[in-house]
Amino acid sequence: MKALKLAVFVLFAAACAKEGSNSSTASSTSSSSGSVDLTGAGATFPYPIYSKWFDEYAKLTGVKINYQSIGSGGGIRQLSEGTVDFGASDSPMSDAELAKAKFGPILHIPTVLGAVVITYNIPALSAPLQLTPQAIADIFAGKITKWNDARIASLNPAAPLPSSDILVVHRSDGSGTTYIFTDYLSTAAPSWKSIGKGKEVNWPAGLGAKGNEGVAGQVKQTPGAIGYVELAYAKQNKLPTAAVKNKAGKFITPSVTAVTAAAAGVAKTLPANTDFRISVVDAPGPDAYPISSFTWIIAYQHQSDAGKGKKLVDFLNWALTKGEPEAPSLDYAPLPSEMIPGVRARVAAIDFAGAK
Amino acid sequence: MTAVPAPAVSTDRRRLTVHETAIGDRIYEIVTTACALVVPALVIAIAIAIFAGAWPAFSKLGLSIVTSSDWDVRAGRFGAAPAIFGTLVSSALALIIATPLAIGVAIFLSEFSPTWLRQPIGFLVDLLAAVPSVVYGLWGIFVLVPLLREQVMPFLRDRLHLGATPFFSGPAYGPSMLAAGVILAIMALPYISAVSREVLMAVPRSQREAALALGATRWEMIRDAVIPYAKSGIIGGIMLGLGRALGETMAVTMVIGNRAEISASLFAPGYTMASLIANQFSEATSDLHQSALLAVGAILFVITLIVNAVARWLVWQVSRDRAV
Repeated sequence: MKALKLAVFVLFAAACAKEGSNSSTASSTSSSSGSVDLTGAGATFPYPIYSKWFDEYAKLTGVKINYQSIGSGGGIRQLSEGTVDFGASDSPMSDAELAKAKFGPILHIPTVLGAVVITYNIPALSAPLQLTPQAIADIFAGKITKWNDARIASLNPAAPLPSSDILVVHRSDGSGTTYIFTDYLSTAAPSWKSIGKGKEVNWPAGLGAKGNEGVAGQVKQTPGAIGYVELAYAKQNKLPTAAVKNKAGKFITPSVTAVTAAAAGVAKTLPANTDFRISVVDAPGPDAYPISSFTWIIAYQHQSDAGKGKKLVDFLNWALTKGEPEAPSLDYAPLPSEMIPGVRARVAAIDFAGAK
Repeated sequence: MTAVPAPAVSTDRRRLTVHETAIGDRIYEIVTTACALVVPALVIAIAIAIFAGAWPAFSKLGLSIVTSSDWDVRAGRFGAAPAIFGTLVSSALALIIATPLAIGVAIFLSEFSPTWLRQPIGFLVDLLAAVPSVVYGLWGIFVLVPLLREQVMPFLRDRLHLGATPFFSGPAYGPSMLAAGVILAIMALPYISAVSREVLMAVPRSQREAALALGATRWEMIRDAVIPYAKSGIIGGIMLGLGRALGETMAVTMVIGNRAEISASLFAPGYTMASLIANQFSEATSDLHQSALLAVGAILFVITLIVNAVARWLVWQVSRDRAV
């Protein structure tokens, strides 16, 4: 019996130790300090630039903004329930999601642009790989399985392409990055329509890895692998990136300016009453990088708290004027300058009429 | 254990209750009772919350959430069979690898190890339990997966000609059910070995001496006298390791390849329930999607309950056998 008692004790002690370690990791995410004026939650992708903005804005005006980067889905959910003052999302809310919001119409305010780049591991290659949207779609659909396939070789006549298998690496977690990438493929490659676009799709081929770092790590580790990551992540980690053929027929290597150019190309065609739930993938313009997208701050049009509403509007105006120029330093593309007046007019539509 | 000291103890206690610490005892009793009640209440509250959240998915999808392999978020089809399969297979694989190793370590430490070596080895094995799982995941990506891809998998498939069996066939990418099983084995090992070591050490000396006196060799003594005595504790340790393996999320997500497919090959990527939830929950916007993920959580909860029930039953069975 003594043995059994001891075993039970050890089981219990180990279980306690495990629970203890779990709770300590969980609590570290929800720390806040002092009084907070505005709370927001949502996308992880723009978190570095947002936190820089919030930090500078707090130093400048004393207005503290607490932002939790819990993912776009969580941001949309929390805003719909009214548990945060604003949300942030990498993909625009659908009409069904908008209809479910508890406190009336929600406005989409584009803040910066991000891009998705194709990264690969072909040690012999020195110049960037060149790819067309159709070739990318065929690779990620598992229809092109060898690197020296004629459909890749014809685009890269000078490149020493190996005869090895292609290993596709995609995101396993629901992600705005996947949304932008699949949005692009469904727009630019007709054959991708059957797979469709979304934060997670049914990938016909390859492996799933969690996060940009998971995909990049997997690609780096495996010769012959190809994957997609955010531009900012790829630049900071100096990953090889493919040049992608845009709508104008030019192969464009991803860069902050090429992404802003994509938005500028689309901005010209926007109707005056746009709600900014717009896609800029496969944008026109000779210098546009085609796999680009806005990221949005989302907020209720009719604010119920005048004090908070005013603070939010002031912050958004500051971000659109003073914050934008700082975006490139963190590898985000700023909005094209011709778009700013339209977006500011959208911010001005936020009102506090129903507020007490 | 004689009956003599018993009355003395009871008079002692009565005297204390009456004269000195009646209020203190009462408070102590209330506090400990509250502690004892909070934990079961928490377990029940968690179960209710998970099942309530999962109900819409269960009522809408029915059994297909368990039987179907089609997990298509956009189409609203949620079949978690590959994830359930992956959880069970990766955990079973982990136990197959970890159990002999862990019991070997425990037997060495309790029976053969010189005293000066016992502490450091025991400490290092226990330390495996203290390594955060994300660190195992990183080690998995940078060390284990390349090792499997370049050395172990080609060796198993081509040198040992196991490629002819469905279990070791197909291309070796690295991230795979095998990688998940090996990572989980390393994570489950310290639990099994720590418990086994403690129960083996607790086997009375007389048990060993009796076996040796009957002419048993050292091996026979361990096999016939020590291990049967410690069996229930060892099974408890294995079940604890299994519990660890079933619920592990981060490290597995990083090495399993996250592909929702049921494949016989251990070289093929797979998926587990915990990985599925971790991957998709933060971006689950539709109600059904969120509910389906909670349903997967509920299934995992039930599987864990079954494992614990089986463990208790086994331990009970084994200890009853011994008593007879």
